[in-house]
Amino acid sequence: MSRVGVFVCHCGSNIAGTVDVEHVAEEAAKLPNVAYATTNKYMCSDPGQQAVREAIIEHNLDRIVIASCSPRMHEATFRKMLAGTDINPYMLEIANVREQCSWVHKDKDVGTPKAIDLVKMAVAKVNYDAPLTTTTIPVNKRALIIGGGIAGMQAALDIADAGYPVTIVEKESSLGGRMVMLDKTFPTMDCSACICTPKMTDVGAHPNITIKTLAEVESVGGYIGNFEVTVREKAKYVDYDTCTGCSLCETKCPSKVDSEFDQGLAKRRAIYRPFAQAVPAKPTIDAKNCRKLIDGKCGVCEKVCPVGSIKFDDEDKVTTEVYGAIIVAIGYQLIDWTKIYGEYGGGRFKDVISGLQFERLVNASGPTEGHILRPSDNTEPKTVVIVKCVGSRDPEKAKSYCSRACCMYAAKHAHQYLDKVKDARCYIFYMDIRTPGKGYDEFYMNTQHDGARYIRGRVSKIINQNGKLICKGEDTLLGSQVTVEADMVVLETAMVPADEANQIGSMLGITRDKDLWLSEAHPKLRPVETNSGGIYLAGTCQGPKDIPDSVAQASAAAMKVAILFSKDELESNAMIANSNKNLCNGCGACVAICPYGAITLEEITARENSVMVTREISKVNPGLCQGCGACTVACRPGAMDLRGFTDEQIMREVAALCQW
Amino acid sequence: MSSTNRFAYFPGCSADSTGISFTKSAEFVCKRIGIELVEIPDWCCCGTSAALVTDKNLAVALPARSLALAEKMDADLDVATGCAGCFNSLKSARHFAKQSEDNRAYVEDLIDMPYSASNDVFSFLEIMHRPENQELIKNNMVTTLHGLKVASYYGCALVRPSKVCEFDDTEDPRSMDELIELVGGEAIDWGYKVECCGGSHNISDPKAAKKLTERIYEDAMINGAEAIAVACPLCFLNLDMREKELNAIREAEGKSLFNIPTYYFTELLGMTMGGSFKELGIDKHFWPAEDIAKQALSARTQSDDTAEAKEVAK
Repeated sequence: MSRVGVFVCHCGSNIAGTVDVEHVAEEAAKLPNVAYATTNKYMCSDPGQQAVREAIIEHNLDRIVIASCSPRMHEATFRKMLAGTDINPYMLEIANVREQCSWVHKDKDVGTPKAIDLVKMAVAKVNYDAPLTTTTIPVNKRALIIGGGIAGMQAALDIADAGYPVTIVEKESSLGGRMVMLDKTFPTMDCSACICTPKMTDVGAHPNITIKTLAEVESVGGYIGNFEVTVREKAKYVDYDTCTGCSLCETKCPSKVDSEFDQGLAKRRAIYRPFAQAVPAKPTIDAKNCRKLIDGKCGVCEKVCPVGSIKFDDEDKVTTEVYGAIIVAIGYQLIDWTKIYGEYGGGRFKDVISGLQFERLVNASGPTEGHILRPSDNTEPKTVVIVKCVGSRDPEKAKSYCSRACCMYAAKHAHQYLDKVKDARCYIFYMDIRTPGKGYDEFYMNTQHDGARYIRGRVSKIINQNGKLICKGEDTLLGSQVTVEADMVVLETAMVPADEANQIGSMLGITRDKDLWLSEAHPKLRPVETNSGGIYLAGTCQGPKDIPDSVAQASAAAMKVAILFSKDELESNAMIANSNKNLCNGCGACVAICPYGAITLEEITARENSVMVTREISKVNPGLCQGCGACTVACRPGAMDLRGFTDEQIMREVAALCQW
Repeated sequence: MSSTNRFAYFPGCSADSTGISFTKSAEFVCKRIGIELVEIPDWCCCGTSAALVTDKNLAVALPARSLALAEKMDADLDVATGCAGCFNSLKSARHFAKQSEDNRAYVEDLIDMPYSASNDVFSFLEIMHRPENQELIKNNMVTTLHGLKVASYYGCALVRPSKVCEFDDTEDPRSMDELIELVGGEAIDWGYKVECCGGSHNISDPKAAKKLTERIYEDAMINGAEAIAVACPLCFLNLDMREKELNAIREAEGKSLFNIPTYYFTELLGMTMGGSFKELGIDKHFWPAEDIAKQALSARTQSDDTAEAKEVAK
């Protein structure tokens, strides 16, 4: 017969406020096999834990139930506590009487009986707990980083400096991401390129870092410490081993197309580097626009190349390598406002531009060499309207969330415009001003002193009349309608997840939120981890944020990888699926349903009913299994069971709940 | 949505009076392209904005009653209406009833009639914009608008609110523009497609209403429109009837005068299908509309234009 100890936590007033914890303990003491039941103000605190340890010895307990907060919060804490006693750390059940009880109820009449029921269930289950042990898995100390923007580069440098090899997979032909497209950064107004391009060079020159550009992750197998990753590097049509980056080919190429880097405000060639400081500093051929690759005519680049680096027969390169950890840093994109905001012209007006286009316009190496000129006629706009929250905080039409960086870069745009254009007027339509950050509000106040006129309200309509953009809106502070005749309008558009977010998320088993941002394991306690072991998040792929936050998060993710790599072996998860080979009929339903690819079919030869038979049965890979339990419900013969959550235990819980 | 071109028809109060040209031209086009309209027996006032400000129940009950009658007549038929105001009232009542079973039961209780809210409501614009009907319009054309520059004016009630109307882009609708281009007109890019025409302000505050109407003409003129196309009798009234008054005021102020006729889009469609001005009701406008219509149809019917007409008719 087991000897169960029940410990009910007050959690200050969090639980005790709506649950009569003393009464719960009294009732728990009456339950079968319960040898001892008590309460404590804070069970997770040092004195709380000490009290449990003492009770275990004093009452000779062999398993315990803690009635407290969600197991996500402190199950690990109490397991660690048990590791210091004679009891196996898995002889523990948590009854969640906080999140699922006290927090959702208002009075003790409802909360207390429910808490008693939850404790009854936990006691019923703990009686069937079995000691579990873990195994160890080896760690390959090589990191993969998906995305070579500022977050990916920072994480790569940190891990590489810690002494571990890193591979960056970047889908564009250069590192740099979005940050390198920006002109200046708030609030210090230091030049974005001046702080981003040295990082790019550092990454390019670091002996521990391998860069794969024009590359995409095709598939990921394996598990923490042992990911098997297949990467496709698209054909570049240029031999990077011999190319010197002299860029003669770029000057001679006759095919001109809109530059993605300059946001369509300038042209680039078909053989090109996206920008002068690109890393690697070598060109690629854009096959869609290359005359030679389309219809075999041209080949000028091949003729002019002094070292014979042009390879029109270049092919995609697919490689598979093993990594111990993966950091996802795929960044964001700006919402395509043209499809949503018909009232702003839906993209028909040339002088209604996005914030990122403005960054290129104001940049000294941009299409206008830093002169702010409107795209339609290259004249200097004397009145500019900046519209914030285009696509952000607009649940009716676009996204419900705040994109966090726009208030600040709108202030920056206004400041830059007023600084560069004399006798200029700048109107900023805003909903609220959000400037939480060091030096941020001071920056915003300075922009107001520069003469930027802030109008609290949204622009409802932009009309193109005689070359002027008539912006109509409401000044909600004055309660009146306002009309501004502008020469140019800058829309500060919402950040949305990168196109690849969903596909990469599902490939790596990372959950996505309602807007497809990749979800961290816990917003406060595990902000850079994902629910898949060994996979971490850095930068804006997790949600809108500015550069300082992206960099901080990237270093945090790098630290997590370094911690992982500091060990030669990892402890595996004990609560994993287990197949009973005598019951398994080899149907493979578990193989199909497993989201982690942890189950395979294996041929066995065994004596069954006095006959030797050879047949397939399922086998669980303990390194891959995350203990989600999907296979246990899919298994028709009932062969699959989850350790720590066996069918028997669940049924006992149900029985305990239905008994009275 | 019924796939056939047969509809229960809700004419609305303007059909035989201020909106007579709309009725005539729409019925002409419908007949030509084979859209069958079966008038809802004993239909009543849709309630429009008057009911909405009087009593919320009334605003639902009035249109719902007509929708229930349409269901009683033939449960398979969707409802068609020309007037944008009627469209909005009918659509709103249906939207309310569709939101929950409780709402539907509440509406039934109000009108004391069974109402399943299964049949949908469509405006003439929406019906004629359907790809199969565009094909039919194209096949029935005998001439084109020869590049007549038309400002498509949608007004407030057709596309807003988007969740109720479920049709076209709320801020930048394109359906009427596409129909104009289908029959050889040039749909100009302008800014007042969905701005208020002044509507019923003409009764309560005529001065304010005139300003609202005037800016529509102004923007159409600036952007080079030769004509304005509408799909709502009240918009039509406010534009067509007020142009003369506006010009009088503008003359006194020393401003340039407007000379832009207003057409129902169905009139423009009907013209290219060989409908006479009388058949289409173009002769009944306040602001003379026949000259520019004639010019569009015939003045440019030189050899190249006929070729173009054939091209478009194909």
